[in-house]
Amino acid sequence: MPTAVAAPRDAKVFKAEVPPDWCPGCGDYGVLTVLQRACGELGILNHELMVVSGIGCSSNLPGFFKSYGMHSLHGRSLPVATGAKIANHEMTVIACGGDGDGYGIGQGHFIHSMRRNINLTYIVMDNEIYGLTTGQTSPTSETGMKTKSTPNGNPEGQLNPIALALAAGCGFVARGFSGDINHLKSLYTQAIQYPGFALIDVFSPCVTFNKQNTFGWFKERVYKLEEKSHDVTNWNAAMDRSKEWGAQIPIGVFYKNPSPKPSLDAADPALQGQALGRQTKLGLTKEQRHKLIEEYV
Amino acid sequence: MANEIIIGIGGAAGDGNASAGNILAQASARQGISVYAYNSYQSLIRGGHSYLRIRLSEKKITNHGDQVSALITLNQDSMNRHLQELVSGGFCIYNSDKLKPGTAAAGVQMCAFPFYELAGNDALPIMQNTVSIGILTRMIGMDFSYLQSVFEHTFAKKPQLVASNLKAARAGYDYAEKNFKPIPNPLKKTSDKLAFVTGNELLAMGAANAGCKVYCAYPMSPASGVLHWMGSHGKELGICVRQVEDEIGVINMTIGAAQMGTRAMCATSGGGFALMTEAIGMASIMEIPIVAINVMRGGPSTGLPTKQEQGDLNQAIGASPGDFPRVILAPTSIPDCYRTVAESFNLAEKYQVPVILLSDLLMSEGTETVGVDWLDWEPKIDRGEMIFEYNGGPTNYYRYKDTPSGVSPRAIPGTPEHLYVSATDEHDEDGVTISDVYTDPIIRKKMVDKRSRKMTALLKELPVPKIEGPADADTTLVTYGSTWGVVNEAVEQLNKEGIKVNHLSIKYLVPFQEKEVIELLKNKKKIIVVEMNKSGQFARHLRAEAGITAHGHVRKYDGEPFEPKHVVAGVKEVLKGKELVESQSVEAGWRTPHPPGPGVLSTSSTH
Repeated sequence: MPTAVAAPRDAKVFKAEVPPDWCPGCGDYGVLTVLQRACGELGILNHELMVVSGIGCSSNLPGFFKSYGMHSLHGRSLPVATGAKIANHEMTVIACGGDGDGYGIGQGHFIHSMRRNINLTYIVMDNEIYGLTTGQTSPTSETGMKTKSTPNGNPEGQLNPIALALAAGCGFVARGFSGDINHLKSLYTQAIQYPGFALIDVFSPCVTFNKQNTFGWFKERVYKLEEKSHDVTNWNAAMDRSKEWGAQIPIGVFYKNPSPKPSLDAADPALQGQALGRQTKLGLTKEQRHKLIEEYV
Repeated sequence: MANEIIIGIGGAAGDGNASAGNILAQASARQGISVYAYNSYQSLIRGGHSYLRIRLSEKKITNHGDQVSALITLNQDSMNRHLQELVSGGFCIYNSDKLKPGTAAAGVQMCAFPFYELAGNDALPIMQNTVSIGILTRMIGMDFSYLQSVFEHTFAKKPQLVASNLKAARAGYDYAEKNFKPIPNPLKKTSDKLAFVTGNELLAMGAANAGCKVYCAYPMSPASGVLHWMGSHGKELGICVRQVEDEIGVINMTIGAAQMGTRAMCATSGGGFALMTEAIGMASIMEIPIVAINVMRGGPSTGLPTKQEQGDLNQAIGASPGDFPRVILAPTSIPDCYRTVAESFNLAEKYQVPVILLSDLLMSEGTETVGVDWLDWEPKIDRGEMIFEYNGGPTNYYRYKDTPSGVSPRAIPGTPEHLYVSATDEHDEDGVTISDVYTDPIIRKKMVDKRSRKMTALLKELPVPKIEGPADADTTLVTYGSTWGVVNEAVEQLNKEGIKVNHLSIKYLVPFQEKEVIELLKNKKKIIVVEMNKSGQFARHLRAEAGITAHGHVRKYDGEPFEPKHVVAGVKEVLKGKELVESQSVEAGWRTPHPPGPGVLSTSSTH
C-alpha cells in the first residue's frame, strides 16, 4: 500500500505512450488526467499499481495509463481486480469502467464487492448512456430519456448508485464531476487511501450520444457537499443526500465510515505475509503432506 | 476372481447410511483391504432414498462392481427396493423392531435384530446403523478391534460418542455371533497402507500439493467437496479461499489472481461452467494460466444434480467465443485426480493457457482406497518462463513477445520496469490493443499464430496414450475419464470368457494426440466407444480429431454409472452386430416413481 509520506511524483510518469482515443471533449479525459495527478500526489510507483477495467469507452483507460493493467471482460473489472488484490495485497488496485459495465452487466459484482469490502478504489465513469455501442439506454439513464433503444423515452426507473452503495455497506461513497478536476482529485486521493472498498461515481458526460446530461446540464446542477454542513460520518445523512436529483445534485464525499473494520484482504489469514503472487517456493512440505494424508488413513 | 464383498446400505437421507458406510470402509482400509464406495443419492437433505454401495476386495478395485452380496436396510423402503438384488449366499441386516422383512431369494440369510433389546430402550433410533455395522463386522469375519479403532479416530473429540457407539456395535457383533452364519471366506488383510478418500478431496489436496494459492468457487454439486476441503485447510496452508457471488465472478477472480503470479484454481459443475465460459477465452487471449475444473453431472440445465454423466465435453471444447488454444484433460480415476491437478498447473503455467479439467460426479464423490505412497508425492513444479525481478538497465520488455515457441516470458505485476496492460481486445506484442483504432490484419495474424503455436510444444510434451489388455486383440474399447476403471474390469471379464478385447483410455482431449491414437487404432477390426452420454460426444470427438469412426457404441445416460456388467453386455451385443447399445440400470431399487402432481393422470410413473 502507498503511504501518505511517499514523495509526490509528476503526473506525467503515469502517461502511457498511447494517446487516448476518446471523442474530443469526452468526460473521460478529465477522469484520466486527474487519476494521473492523484497517483502522482500520493507518490505511488508505477509498478506497484494495477488498474483493471471492464469493457466500454471508459474501460479503455488502462491503455492510456502507465502502470500494470488489465482490460478485462464487460462487467467483470471488480472480480478480476479482487483476484489481483488477494494475489498481491501489497499493490494498489484501482478498478474502473462505465455505468453500463458496473451498474448494468456487472451489478452483481458491484454489490458483492462492496459487501465483501476488499480494499479497492472503484471509479465509475457515469455518462448515463451506452457510448461504445452508439447510444442505448443505461441503468443510470433518466426515465423518459430518448435513446436509440428507447426512441419513445426510457420507460424504466433510473438506478441510484450512491444509495445502492450505501445500502450494500460501502465504507467510502463519493461522487465527482469530470468538469471539476480539482475537486475530483481530492476524492481520488481520499478513496485510494481509504482502507476498504471505495466508490467514486463520476459524472463523465458523453458528448456524442447523450444530448441530455451534458457538461452544461451538470454544471448548472451540481453542488459540493463539502460546502454544505454535511457530516460524512453520518450514514443516514448520506442516504438523504443520495436521494437528491434534479435541480440540485450533490457531488463530494457522501459517506466515509469513521471506524471501518479491517478489509477482506487485511483480515484474510492467508494474506498476512509475503504477497501470494510473489511467493516462488510453492507446494507442501513433507510434514504438511503427511498431516493431510493422515486425515484419511 | 479375487475374494470380494459388495455391501449395499439403503436408507433415507438423514438415516446415517453414509457415516455407517464410512466407518466400515475405513475399518477395511486399515487392514489393507481395497475399498471403492459409490453413494447413489438425491438432491434433498432429508428423506428420499439413498443407497451406498461399498465394494471390498483383496485385490485393487476401481469401481463399485455388479452384484451386491450383503445388504443393510435402514428403512422399509430400502428393504422393499433392494432385497431382491441378493442372491443365494447373501444376507440382509435389518432392525426387526421397525421393519418387516420382504421375501428373499432362496439361500439368502435374513439377519433380523431386536434393536431396543440390544441397544437399550432409551437408544436413539439412528443407532440402528451402528448395531447393523457391528453385525456386518461379524458376518464378514472382520476383527472387532478395527471397528473400535475407527470409532476412536472418528469421534476422537467426543469420548461419550466412542463409548455409546462401541456399546451398540459390540451388541450387534455379539448378537450376530450367536444367531447368524458368517460368510465362509473372510477377506484377508494385506500390508498395503491405504487412505480412503474422494476425488474431490484429491483434486483439492493435489492442488495444494502443487502450490495452489488462490481457490475461488460458488457452491455447486458435485464440485462443492473441493470448496469444503479448501475451506477447512486454507488457513493452515496459506491458501486464500473465496466463495464468490456467482461463477462468472469466480473465474474472473481466479484469472485476476493468476495474473498476479499465484497458482489459482476454480471448480464447478456444468451449469456453473457455462457461466464461466466467456472468461476462458479471456484467459487464453491474455495468456493467463488458470485451472478450471468442471465436475460433470447429469445435464442439461439443472438436469440431475446428484447423478453421473459425461455430457460436458462439447461444452468444454466450445467454451467461449472465438478460436483459441486451451487444454482439456480428464483424470481417469479417483487417484488420478491427485496428480492430474499438478500436471494441469504445469501445463497452464508453462504454456500460459487455460486448462479445463473434466472430472465427474462418480470420481468427485466416489471414495476409494488410495495408496499412501501415491499421495506422499512431491510434484515437479514447472512454472515456465516468469520474471519476478528487475536487474537494472533497459528492459524493452514486451509481454506478448512473438517467440519461436509462442511462449512469451511472463513478468509478474509488481516487478519494476516491465509494465504492460493485458487486454481481452486483440493486442500487439507490447500489449497495445489493435482492435479499435489500430486495426491491422498482419498483426492480428501474427498474434493468433503466436498463441496457437504454443500448442505444438505442449502436444509433444504429453505422455503417450497406451493400450491396456492383450495387445493382439483386434477389438478395442475407447474411453475417456472416469470409465477407465470399470471398462478395464469389463475387458478382463470379457477376455476370461474368451472374447479378446483391449482398452484405450484417452486422457488428453485437447490438444488431441492424433498421430498416436491413429497409430494405436489403425489395425483394429472393431473400435467400440464406451461413454456416459446420449449423443456420443466423445465418439464424435474421436472422429473429428483422428478421423476414426467407431464401429460400435456403448452408452449410458440414465444417471447411474456403468457397472462392469453393463459394459460386458454392451460389448457382446456390439460384437453380435448391434451398432449402438444404450445401457440402463434396470434393478427396481434404483427407481422412485414420483407422486401424482397437478394434472398428472397416471399415478404409476415409470420414467
